[in-house]
Amino acid sequence: MEKDNKLTGRLHSIETFGTVDGPGIRVVLFFQGCPMRCQYCHNRDTWDRAGGRVWTVDELKEFVLRFKPYMANSGGGVTATGGDPVLQHRFITRLFGELKQEGVHTALDTSGFCRYEVVKPLIDATDLVILDIKAVDPELHRRLTGQDNALILQFADKLREINKPVWLRHVLIPGLTDSEEELLAFRRIALSMPNAQRVELLPYHTLGKFKWAEMGLEYPLEGVPEPTKEDMARAHSILNLPEKA
Amino acid sequence: MNYKQWHSFKPGNYTREIDVRDFIQNNYSPYLGGAEFLAPATKRTQALWAEVLSLYQKERDKGGVLDVDSDTISTISSHKAGYINKDLEQIVGLQTDEPLKRAFMPYGGINVAAKSAAHYGKPVKKETEDIFRHIRKTHNDGVFDVYTPEMRRARKAGIITGLPDAYGRGRIIGDYRRVALYGTDRLIADKNEQMRRLEMDVIAEENIRAREEINEQTKALEELKAMALTYGFDIARPAGSAREAVQWLYFGYLGAIKEQNGAAMSLGRVTTFLDIYFERDLKQGLITEEDVQEIMDHFVMKLRMVRFLRTPEYDQLFSGDPVWVTEAIGGMGMDGRTLVTKSSYRILHTLDTLGPAPEPNLTVLWSANLPQAFKEYCAHLSIKTSSIQYENDDLMREYWGDDYAIACCVSAMRVGKQMQFFGARCNLAKALLYAINGGKDEISGAQVAPKLEPVKTDVLDYNDVREKYDVILDWVAKLYINTLNVIHYMHDKYCYEALEMALHDKDVLRTMACGIAGLSVVADSLSAIKYATVRPIKNEQGIIYDFETAGDFPKFGNDDDRVDSIARDLVKQFLEKLQKYPTYRNAMHTMSVLTITSNVVYGEKTGNTPDGRKHGDPFAPGANPMHGRDTHGALATLNSIAKLPYKYAQDGISYTFSIVPRALGKQPQERARNLTAMLDGYFGQQAHHMNVNVFDRDLLLDAMDHPEKYPQLTIRVSGYAVNFIKLTRKQQLDVINRTIHATA
Repeated sequence: MEKDNKLTGRLHSIETFGTVDGPGIRVVLFFQGCPMRCQYCHNRDTWDRAGGRVWTVDELKEFVLRFKPYMANSGGGVTATGGDPVLQHRFITRLFGELKQEGVHTALDTSGFCRYEVVKPLIDATDLVILDIKAVDPELHRRLTGQDNALILQFADKLREINKPVWLRHVLIPGLTDSEEELLAFRRIALSMPNAQRVELLPYHTLGKFKWAEMGLEYPLEGVPEPTKEDMARAHSILNLPEKA
Repeated sequence: MNYKQWHSFKPGNYTREIDVRDFIQNNYSPYLGGAEFLAPATKRTQALWAEVLSLYQKERDKGGVLDVDSDTISTISSHKAGYINKDLEQIVGLQTDEPLKRAFMPYGGINVAAKSAAHYGKPVKKETEDIFRHIRKTHNDGVFDVYTPEMRRARKAGIITGLPDAYGRGRIIGDYRRVALYGTDRLIADKNEQMRRLEMDVIAEENIRAREEINEQTKALEELKAMALTYGFDIARPAGSAREAVQWLYFGYLGAIKEQNGAAMSLGRVTTFLDIYFERDLKQGLITEEDVQEIMDHFVMKLRMVRFLRTPEYDQLFSGDPVWVTEAIGGMGMDGRTLVTKSSYRILHTLDTLGPAPEPNLTVLWSANLPQAFKEYCAHLSIKTSSIQYENDDLMREYWGDDYAIACCVSAMRVGKQMQFFGARCNLAKALLYAINGGKDEISGAQVAPKLEPVKTDVLDYNDVREKYDVILDWVAKLYINTLNVIHYMHDKYCYEALEMALHDKDVLRTMACGIAGLSVVADSLSAIKYATVRPIKNEQGIIYDFETAGDFPKFGNDDDRVDSIARDLVKQFLEKLQKYPTYRNAMHTMSVLTITSNVVYGEKTGNTPDGRKHGDPFAPGANPMHGRDTHGALATLNSIAKLPYKYAQDGISYTFSIVPRALGKQPQERARNLTAMLDGYFGQQAHHMNVNVFDRDLLLDAMDHPEKYPQLTIRVSGYAVNFIKLTRKQQLDVINRTIHATA
């Protein structure tokens, strides 16, 4: 085990009033670094593993705990996202462990591109995994993210095996991830996971596009429209999942 | 004492002496349920409101003022009865003989009153003006007879601004409930008794003043009775029904706004009181819930139609024609019962029955122990209308008990037992620049403050600047208190609020309500000097007019103690400086962190500051962090604000929060719950106030270009609400450029 709480992590930023990444009001920690290269990434500036501000576990814990009253009142907690937080799993394991001792609910928002055996301690310290399946079709996944999805599907299967609470997500991108085959494949995964408490279709948006431009990069999905209300309704009807409480 | 109008009420001390709180505590019914009982607007309400809306339209078409009666000097009974539509109105009474026609009230200052009337095409007759120029002195003239050259310099430079030295000071709340509960005869009898108690051995200045004031108060009550009679109501006796109770109470308020054009003319805390009458009539089957809502709607319509004649300069400072008809809603009693009643819902429900509006200034007194259903109803309405402000009842109850109300935006006072001397505010950011420039004004170069050693170093040194700032703040504090003493002495003398004070106890607690602007500018500037490298830049005259700031520094609004502590300490330090100087009538020193919309004008009057803010850039409103510098999300900002100590700013600490709907959560119910939890978390940390705005920036941009589409679009700005389309373009941009919390 690393030298206690002197362990450091790199954060891109902190949003203290997160209300969509997990239940209630959440402090959302955006970790720096990502193994994926998603073409529609809305946090392009988090890819670089060497960027961001360095925090110790103690500093970050102290900061997060300042928001405990808000979390307690709303059934909220803390969410680690990024980037992909699994790249800094040792740091977050430690942080989550400390926060759980203070009664803080912990959520991990990840692409699942990791080996379960490696991140097991992190998963143990996590109350809720928010798993974003970018694409089920391996070829599409490679095209969209630059990575293979075999590892991700194995990770999802592991979460099912240990019955870890999961929110499953899939970003709907017109012309890319909204085909009937793709949605039905996602549906099969969702139905296979009784541990999935919530399944969310997220409409693709271009709010993060400016970050690519700021970094002098070309936006790969230039010209791809955001889905309309009708697109979303159609996708929901294909998914046709039973309501969960 | 007993009256037949008091039948079915549980007796208590209120039957023996004037004690409205005792009446409420003995008779009100706390309500713990939800909003399902509420009734929609009646046909009559809809028809009447449509007439009011068309009057609003005419008012806008005429450039903001429909009409002015500059021939009549307004008093409580100067105008004949006026109506919107006599057949429809359930609650009657207008300030003048016609709706939205503005009255002429010169006692605050003939200059401002005459100028305003002339500006809107209704110049005052020469004879009238002559009376107030040569025969009857006004408050404004009194003040300027006494002002020292230093006071004039400071006022002109804008280091102390917005002073009520040329207009009515306002921020006094008559206990209008007394009119309904007792009727004017009983109140007059009480005043006569007070006069008897003042027949003392030694009749000296204090006594003389008290006797004269009480006599003025008695006359005002007589006049109020006469005014009500012109509408066909005899308010000499107590109100006997719910409708009468609302009507009597409204007459009390109406008398006040006929007599005084005060900067803020707040209503108090009336809904729980009125609820007792509604419940009695409902129980006896005299009225239905539809009737009750109709009475409430018509009452609120009247409150929405209050208008004062003011100058364009005043509008530039406080846009959107604000009156601050503030009504404090909810809160908890000392005995642990909630003061939320069905009528707390009913008045908030007017945001649905009549649509959103800036007035009355609906202020929910928040407590951790408010019924959850009520909390969520408020949150739901906030999200829908952006028309509600929240203040911490758990905090204020410790100071002011459970029958206080809010004057203006954030000033708590025990109803009928306390008043304030409104002191506007001084510009702490400009004071910092004076400290750096040896007391010289950074814009004009004039020596406004006493001559001091200016900063001589190439890089600003924190300790050096703090020392100099300390000296300047001492000077400002002294000058500020002395100036306010002059103003309030003269206001009492020439523009006394006889009716409002008639609805107070004989002996009241007075507060000298000072204020500060630019807190976050100063905190960030001092932080920059401490943590970054700030080089002063001089112009040809040797005035430091700009700064080159290199390196990063902690900024207020991110829950970073390094800078938050600077802001926190400054609040305490400045109040303690003010406390060194004695006040007129031994008023208690209090202080607010509040700007209203004047943050824009302050920005125009303050040069470049070391935090990187440029001359002309608006200050953040109230206690808000500077725009765009709060980068850790909403809660980090709330935590920073919550650190500002109410103990040292008992006149209130205003924070304006803006967020886009989707950032509050995905589902409407989630949004209301999250907002509720946010308010609980914020106020649980002893924070004082929050304006809640929920809107998309695109909506505001569209409203700027197409105001006709948004006649009722309301937003909250530092302590009050305003009709967005009535703001100046610069103020609209200020609102839009402000941090609106959003998460991608």
